[in-house]
Amino acid sequence: MKQISIPDTTKASLDRIAAVNKKLNAIIYLDREKVLKEAEGTRRNVGGIATRGIPIAIKDNICVKDEPTTCASRILKGFKPPYDATVIRKLKNAGFITVGKANMDEFAFGSSCETSCYGPTRNPWNLEMIPGGSSGGSAAAVAAGEVSMALGSDTGGSVRQPAALCGIVGMKPTYGRVSRYGLIAFASSLDQIGPLTANVTDCAALLNVISGHDEMDSTSADLPVPDFTKSLVKNAKKLKIGVPKEYFPEGGIDKEVEKAISKSKDVLKSSGAEIVDISLPNTEYALSCYYIIAPAEASSNLARFDGDQYGLREDAKGTIEMHTKTRTAGFGDEAKRRILLGTYSLSSGYYKAYYLKAMKVRTLIKNDFLQAFKVCDVILTATSPTAAFKIGEKINDPLSMYLSDIFTIPANLAGIPGISVPCGFTKSGLPVGMQFLAKPFDEETLIRTAYTFEQNTDFHKKKPNL
Amino acid sequence: MKQRIDKKTVRHVARLSRISLSGKEVALYQKQLADILDYINQLNKADTTGTPPTSHPLESLKNVFREDRVRKSLPAEKALQNAPERKDDFFSVPKIIE
Repeated sequence: MKQISIPDTTKASLDRIAAVNKKLNAIIYLDREKVLKEAEGTRRNVGGIATRGIPIAIKDNICVKDEPTTCASRILKGFKPPYDATVIRKLKNAGFITVGKANMDEFAFGSSCETSCYGPTRNPWNLEMIPGGSSGGSAAAVAAGEVSMALGSDTGGSVRQPAALCGIVGMKPTYGRVSRYGLIAFASSLDQIGPLTANVTDCAALLNVISGHDEMDSTSADLPVPDFTKSLVKNAKKLKIGVPKEYFPEGGIDKEVEKAISKSKDVLKSSGAEIVDISLPNTEYALSCYYIIAPAEASSNLARFDGDQYGLREDAKGTIEMHTKTRTAGFGDEAKRRILLGTYSLSSGYYKAYYLKAMKVRTLIKNDFLQAFKVCDVILTATSPTAAFKIGEKINDPLSMYLSDIFTIPANLAGIPGISVPCGFTKSGLPVGMQFLAKPFDEETLIRTAYTFEQNTDFHKKKPNL
Repeated sequence: MKQRIDKKTVRHVARLSRISLSGKEVALYQKQLADILDYINQLNKADTTGTPPTSHPLESLKNVFREDRVRKSLPAEKALQNAPERKDDFFSVPKIIE
């Protein structure tokens, strides 16, 4: 076996970025010299760690000390965090080389990576298409081989949906599995950091590094973290896989996607799994529920961006005028739309009708999953109802854009883990993703199921021509 | 809850959010928010009688406390490194009261 040094691996990653990133716009910040220096340092300092020297891209909403972290928003222009997010500290301790910041929808508001103030990221499989979002830069960077791994964040599908649309593996761990200290908050009861990787093995390895309790994040769960690589088992025997009928609505899912999912069920069956029909009766309310809760929390979280302490500041005579001018100039259209929607549903007179109602419906959705997991170990669905769509196609129709996350949103509302794996291609050559969902803190079953499927198929081996 | 959001409400919510909108933007957001709220109104069909609200997915999580001890914190210089304007060890902002 040929051995290559850490600086060589890093250089290969940097060269690939230099070759293809102009076409993709996946990486929006990169300090080549600093990265090479870091790679040299890692070769000397970190011994005997399997992950050392792996180049990894970081979504632009995760704080990396003294590197621009902007959530792809004008309002955070020039912001350099004075500290590392906990996941970044863990990556650095494990010898990873952080290679640049990855593009995203502004503040993670979007499913297409088009709302970034740096312009859209393009899908490596077809440059006319969106890569999915909001972690579109992370997904495109991995799919194009710019980096071997990336971190994203998933509030309503923002890791799983772009992973599906770019033909790679993406996981949203259980709410509480990974510390969010240093993740710039979108919706605090939904956000979770997750890995985007070329295959399930890398996903398990990266999850091992980033998981675990952190006293800096009071919502991180104080539970032991298993070695997820032990779940890389090619065996689906005795595994009960539930298929919810509500996730295959007449006219609500693309025929080619449905066909790929149907074939994938057969692959799992022949690997020993039992497929059972299940029902998640409150699925139809999930999107509405999410579009009350997520913007409400976002409007509150984004109140901090006012020009007082960091980021953009517009000149004005008084403070309120300065705040208003700064926010008006700093936020893009979708961010404004969500702030307005969230402020509306939290304002007096509407709170009970919208926010409180949504929180009750959230209980119903969560209970659906708890019931389902009494009769199955894992749930199988399509990750997104369609493959990648054209840049510009949905940007002026927010509601149709929101529908792109209809299959991924319920897991965030329930707090359960989910993974997307490549499961086919459309006739025009675009990747299709399949989603597995499991009980809270049962990422092991997700990895086992996903690995078994992956090892029985070749979809993950296909690479885009760039 | 059935009535569509009007322009006056959009302006009011924008003011609460410290965002100023042009007349054209008010019209656009009014239409888009009304469409979104029409869709969201299907929540009314869900029977939530006797259902408690979920504000957080981790059921077991109650108040979380850290040990009360003195520890190293971010030095003022680091905390101020992103300040648009500063005066000594403070963030400086335009006048609040005349």
